[in-house]
Amino acid sequence: MSAVAAAKEVLLGFKSLLVGMRITLGQFFSPKITVQYPRETLKMPERFRGHIRLVLDPETGASRCTACKLCERACPSECISVDGVKLEGAKTKSVTEYHLNFTTCSLCGLCVEACPFDAIEFSKTYNAIGVSRSEFDNMDMVRQLAGRREVWLQNHPLPPAAPAMPAATAAPAKSAAPTLPPTPETKTP
Amino acid sequence: MIEYFISGPGSAYTRLVIYLVAFMAFVGLNAAYLVLAERKGAGWFQRRPGPNEAGPAGILQPIADGIKLIAKQVFVPPGVDGILFRLAPALVLMPAFMCLATIPYAETIYGRNINVGLLMVFSFGSITVFCLMLGGWASRNKYAVISAARVVSQNIAYEIPMLLVVLTVLMLTGTMDMQKIVQQQAGGFWNWNILRGVWTLHNPLVPVTFVIFFICMLAETNRAPFDMAEAESELIAGAMTEYSGFSWGLFFMGEYANIVVSCSVATVLFLGGWQSPIGILSGGAWGLIWFFLKLYLVIFTVIWVRWTFPRTQFYGLLNLSWKILIPISLGTLLLSSALIKIL
Amino acid sequence: MSAPVEIRYNGGGTIAPPPEETFVLNLGPQHPAAHGVLRILMRMDGEYIASSDIVIGYIHRMHEKMGENRIYAKFLPNTSRIDYLAAMHYTHAYVGAVERAAKIEVPLRAEYIRVIADELQRIASHLVGWGAWIMDLGGLTPILYAFEDRERILDLFEHICGARLTYCYYRFGGVCNDVDDEFLRGARDFVPYMRGRLKMYRDLVTDNIILRKRLEGIGIMDAEMCRRYGVTGPVLRGAGVAYDVRRAEPYSLYPKFQFDIPHFPQGDSMARYLVRMEEMEQSLRIIEQALDQIPAGPVMGKIPRVLKLPAGDYTYAVEAGRGRFMVRIVSDGKDTPWRLKLRTPCFGNLAPFEEASKGMILPDALALLGSLDLVIPDIDR
Repeated sequence: MSAVAAAKEVLLGFKSLLVGMRITLGQFFSPKITVQYPRETLKMPERFRGHIRLVLDPETGASRCTACKLCERACPSECISVDGVKLEGAKTKSVTEYHLNFTTCSLCGLCVEACPFDAIEFSKTYNAIGVSRSEFDNMDMVRQLAGRREVWLQNHPLPPAAPAMPAATAAPAKSAAPTLPPTPETKTP
Repeated sequence: MIEYFISGPGSAYTRLVIYLVAFMAFVGLNAAYLVLAERKGAGWFQRRPGPNEAGPAGILQPIADGIKLIAKQVFVPPGVDGILFRLAPALVLMPAFMCLATIPYAETIYGRNINVGLLMVFSFGSITVFCLMLGGWASRNKYAVISAARVVSQNIAYEIPMLLVVLTVLMLTGTMDMQKIVQQQAGGFWNWNILRGVWTLHNPLVPVTFVIFFICMLAETNRAPFDMAEAESELIAGAMTEYSGFSWGLFFMGEYANIVVSCSVATVLFLGGWQSPIGILSGGAWGLIWFFLKLYLVIFTVIWVRWTFPRTQFYGLLNLSWKILIPISLGTLLLSSALIKIL
Repeated sequence: MSAPVEIRYNGGGTIAPPPEETFVLNLGPQHPAAHGVLRILMRMDGEYIASSDIVIGYIHRMHEKMGENRIYAKFLPNTSRIDYLAAMHYTHAYVGAVERAAKIEVPLRAEYIRVIADELQRIASHLVGWGAWIMDLGGLTPILYAFEDRERILDLFEHICGARLTYCYYRFGGVCNDVDDEFLRGARDFVPYMRGRLKMYRDLVTDNIILRKRLEGIGIMDAEMCRRYGVTGPVLRGAGVAYDVRRAEPYSLYPKFQFDIPHFPQGDSMARYLVRMEEMEQSLRIIEQALDQIPAGPVMGKIPRVLKLPAGDYTYAVEAGRGRFMVRIVSDGKDTPWRLKLRTPCFGNLAPFEEASKGMILPDALALLGSLDLVIPDIDR
């Protein structure tokens, strides 16, 4: 091409390089967007999908789950297994075993939507760790609920002769997961 | 005995030893901490902090890297040329040392002031590419040879505009003695070579020559956006593929030492060396401070350019040199000589 | 191998290497160029590619079979995982196919939410494709800027459905959660922010002379070649054909929105690049219009308890980030499909690579591969 066009291309090209360099220099002096985990953490939004867990009813301190197994049927990965017994004097069954195989769960939420009693919800645990697979492929939701119930009982002492949580069945307990450490208190960045 | 070495005739030997140690320390520290500076610079350009876990703000990161490199197995593949393979990493640092010896760091701090100092710098600077070629050739790997051949052609292509540009500056300065070049630029930043040619009308295109020199320096040291030799190792192996552990570390140190040398030469030739920009405060230790300030500013620009632009294509690189930079630098050379003759 | 191969760039010429002078370079299933598990066997003459063979199937996960084994509702999580960068689009296509077959009404608010989510997903997908491509070319910084923008989009998605990559947000008959004002505000704030960022990307990357030299004239795929291989999406629009499923087979609310179909006639990598940058701008336009028009109301329609599609053949096509994604359900009246076919765009987009890369020098071929914006799990399903 002609010399003038070539010269123009060189000059415009060089100018584009300088414009680009100015942009990166602007970014150089901008604040860093990295959140230095684990010293700083992010706040999880309300609808964050951690693994599912049984809901602790704030009035009764027990689970609303009636072991109807709708969640078990809704799950595409067949990772939930539920069992329950009907106590005397109760209208519906109460859940005694609720096991989640988190290694196959895809966090799709079909179980949460299928539940007619709002008995399961997503937890906010994003940093679950464990040292062996058994801590994840057989998560014992009933035992975790019992842990949270202990905390609830401190603020809501039971009146005498209140119905207790159903004990586990006589079947040999499967190896249950220990309660996961609580998610650390977050601070917004 | 002590007096012989300090103030007597033996002081030349003392000076020699001190400067040797100082240069080795300078090159070593620079190579180590320029890596950290590059990684932190990369991080800051990308809105993240860079290494900041090893020591406060990542200060100990180069030590961690060094320990890791030393601990790695130095694997010599079978069938390589035994002597050359082991020699190449050792040789790659040598030219940098030789060049550093002639650069004036302050009014009285320089290794050896030779009256053809500039010529010596460029002579030794061209040797580096041979060491890379040696490394590529000695590894019995066809990709390494192809890559090394490319590095050689890239270096040859960019030597020419670089030397043409330096000739242009030599016409302004009239001497190859680096200390004299710096002394000519005394008096404030308008006297620096980059601006002096403009207002004395000896060569109004000196800033353009500085830009050309900068680009050639990037290509000579295989820095982005001209880093095909090392980055194309993502696809085909680069020249240094068969080196591991500290041998590779030596190549890497050589690259950063070359950057330091080239940026020092740029500072001396164009930016006034150890002269202060306001005319006063140039003597003694002040000179050293100004020199390092300018040097690291130029090195920051080198890092800045690397993290902003994508890589050129190999034929684009050669086109740039042969079709664009050489005509422009020839043009400035002719202009400079014409103007100096006339005015 | 003895047939001469034309070198198409910078001077031209032909190479006709005898077989014994070529070697096979294996761009293996693992490589640092962030495409996925794709294997390309390239027969090279020195640095030029004489021919190439593509081997896919390393990540075949049998999604179609899984769809045929499960009831319709249980396939929803899979849809996000076929092409994880265009998860909302793929779920939309599947959900749309089922709704079209079972004649399920979707409330208007849910349709608007779907459009907003789809267009945000398109921007996020183009940001990844663009950033990864520039990273392949050696510019290591723009991908991090792109990911910062993507963080905003993913934060918006996390706000409404709790997930950042595999959403499972749409359901038959609507969406599973309503969006609140915070999401609408966030989406509205995102539009001018992204416009500013697009301008910055234009100055930093698009106008950059080094990038232009790298992409202009490289990897020319003209409209006729694209038609032969079934190419859709930005690759086709970069060859000058203004084909967009949102206009050709209108679905959802797209007939209501004003937007352009960017297309460039050159057919080289630069044209495909410009198409993607322009598409992000057009997506922002659509999001603005949707945010202005979104009504109040329910977000979930009525669906039967046990969903059985009437017997028949139903399709639904969407314009995903990479091209035309179509779901075809053949139903025999039961509650699981008889056949679930997923027509994915990247399979067609990759196909012309063998022909287009003949005679190219290797780094240019990689630039071409990046310009096709492939997600390999999309090819293999």
